[in-house]
Amino acid sequence: MDNTTALPISIRSLTKKYGDLFALKTVDLEIRSGEFLTLLGPSGSGKTTLLMAIAGFNRPDSGSIFFGDAEMVLTPPHKRDVGMVFQSYALFPHMSVAENVGFPLKLRGIAFAERKARVEEALETVQLSGLGERGIDQLSGGQRQRVALARAFVFRPRILLMDEPLSALDKKLREQMQIELKHIHRQLGVTTVYVTHDQREALTMSDRIAVINHGELAQVDTPEAIYNKPSNEFVADFIGESTMLPLTQDSAGRLTFGESVVASEAPDPSHNDWSLVIRPERLRVLAKDASAGDQHVMFSGTVTEAVFQGDTAFALVKLRGGATLTVRFGTGAVSEGSRLEAGQSVSVGLIREDLILIPRESA
Amino acid sequence: MRRTISTPGQTQALNEVALSGQERREQWTLLGLSTPAILVIAIVVLVPVGWLFYLSFVGSDGQFSLEHYKKMVEYKSYARVFMTTFQVSLLTTLICIVLGYPLAYFLAHLPGRWTGLFMLAVLLPFWTSLLVRTYAWLVLLQRKGLLNDLAMQIGLWDSPIKLVHNMTGTLIGMAHIMLPFLVLPLYGAMKKIEPDMMHAASNLGASPVRSFWNVYFPLSVSGLVAGALIVFVLCLGFYVTPAVLGGGRVVMVATQITAILEYQFDWGAASALGVVLLVATIGVLYLAGRFFKFDSALFGKG
Repeated sequence: MDNTTALPISIRSLTKKYGDLFALKTVDLEIRSGEFLTLLGPSGSGKTTLLMAIAGFNRPDSGSIFFGDAEMVLTPPHKRDVGMVFQSYALFPHMSVAENVGFPLKLRGIAFAERKARVEEALETVQLSGLGERGIDQLSGGQRQRVALARAFVFRPRILLMDEPLSALDKKLREQMQIELKHIHRQLGVTTVYVTHDQREALTMSDRIAVINHGELAQVDTPEAIYNKPSNEFVADFIGESTMLPLTQDSAGRLTFGESVVASEAPDPSHNDWSLVIRPERLRVLAKDASAGDQHVMFSGTVTEAVFQGDTAFALVKLRGGATLTVRFGTGAVSEGSRLEAGQSVSVGLIREDLILIPRESA
Repeated sequence: MRRTISTPGQTQALNEVALSGQERREQWTLLGLSTPAILVIAIVVLVPVGWLFYLSFVGSDGQFSLEHYKKMVEYKSYARVFMTTFQVSLLTTLICIVLGYPLAYFLAHLPGRWTGLFMLAVLLPFWTSLLVRTYAWLVLLQRKGLLNDLAMQIGLWDSPIKLVHNMTGTLIGMAHIMLPFLVLPLYGAMKKIEPDMMHAASNLGASPVRSFWNVYFPLSVSGLVAGALIVFVLCLGFYVTPAVLGGGRVVMVATQITAILEYQFDWGAASALGVVLLVATIGVLYLAGRFFKFDSALFGKG
């Protein structure tokens, strides 16, 4: 859509307390013009509070929300001109599909003929052409989701907000809609803020992800960076599968785990305690006669469980130090892991480029 | 294992006969269980109404006649009674809507812990005798009643205003008694409106006033119609309150029926009035049913 100009959103020191509990604790976040940013966090982390504050449905205690250069924190929701897709869709049951989608246009005083054309255009974008006369109760869950989306962008808002819009759909439809939403976002070019607790959904769709926990931003970065370079324990643990091994620093300054030397020096000398984050799929099962080399950090242990899951399989490997690693591997005919059995001793290696070291938080 | 007997040309699937027999027996059992209720309804509703219907067509000579219905058309007083009945019912319903809509809205949007308390306040009159409540209004509204005394003391008016034994008193009493019947279905309908609906309306650009008229009100209207209809229909046949607070000046159909029975012992005429009222009520329900989709509150379907 040609005349949509996306707006950046700037959130500054936004704070909201419920009683003694911080729902948002001096949150600063710059959302770039036209990007797809996901607020990801567990339930109760403050992600929905933040989205509702952007939409204007809840009043923060302090802070600023800028759309472009305009301070919005005092503006009532109906004057903010942002589109929103609700978790419950919030479609009006007393209006047809076309009336629902046309509602924001009607409120903006757009004449019937143009309204009709734009409604049809929006329905076409979400692949619902010709369903305008249907009642809301005649639609499937997926179709309702599309109507809610069409209604949210038909008035060409410069910001689009989505609150877990896919959570009510079954897995297959959800995965299909993720790709479709991404596609529509690219087509519209509108700044999009998306809320989800599903990390896979966040990784699939986002330009950037803001991981939020206890009302604070834990990390804001691209999906690749969030996954490959988590900056703290919470992000490492919340995104993807991981095993965290506490490392010790020996007299030469090397970081070690048991007999395995993980790094020759700490990434940041000012911090003493480090943990190694291991993604199960980055571990390789090594040949029996392999030795630790320059490429690998090697761990040895005993297989306690081998589990087949179809597309992948995993084995639990109990290390001599006591920790248990999960090793994930393919199930193809030549996969090294597919011959593992419980009770077998095994060596696994982690390529040095895949090392994730994060400062350990003192308990 | 039992084997099904199959006749030539028609084979039966395994256990088909036994299973369908079981289903039939279950249906008969259910019917048997509801028989007492059906019988009670037949005896206490259908028989008396049928008897009423029959009586209304029996003339003073004991033969079939339309004389009671003819009288109703000929005498202006009957028309006036029906006019009054519809007028009082309509006005009471309107007053209940004006008072009840904001009340139901208030109740539906109270924080949870307060709902119980305020709901109790609405329902409390339900649990007190109708007669007591009506006489209480008489005490409050009469010439030397509380309201007149108070108003004159603080100088609102100089001499007692006639608040009772007229239309005003009747409407005040009726509205008070009918209010919960309007508020309850309306409250139910409002509770079903998701808060997200209003968020969506304002998010799409609707001011609070437009959100209310374009979204909230249409979504609550099914409850409003259900409540208004209950009130209107109950008002049509109401007796105690207009009789006491109307002081003989507000003659509604029910009051008229009593008068005919008390002074003329004319069962035929009284029955005919009853039949006309019944038909009028059914007519109102039918018309309303054609114009509105009813809420589950009234007819048990969405």
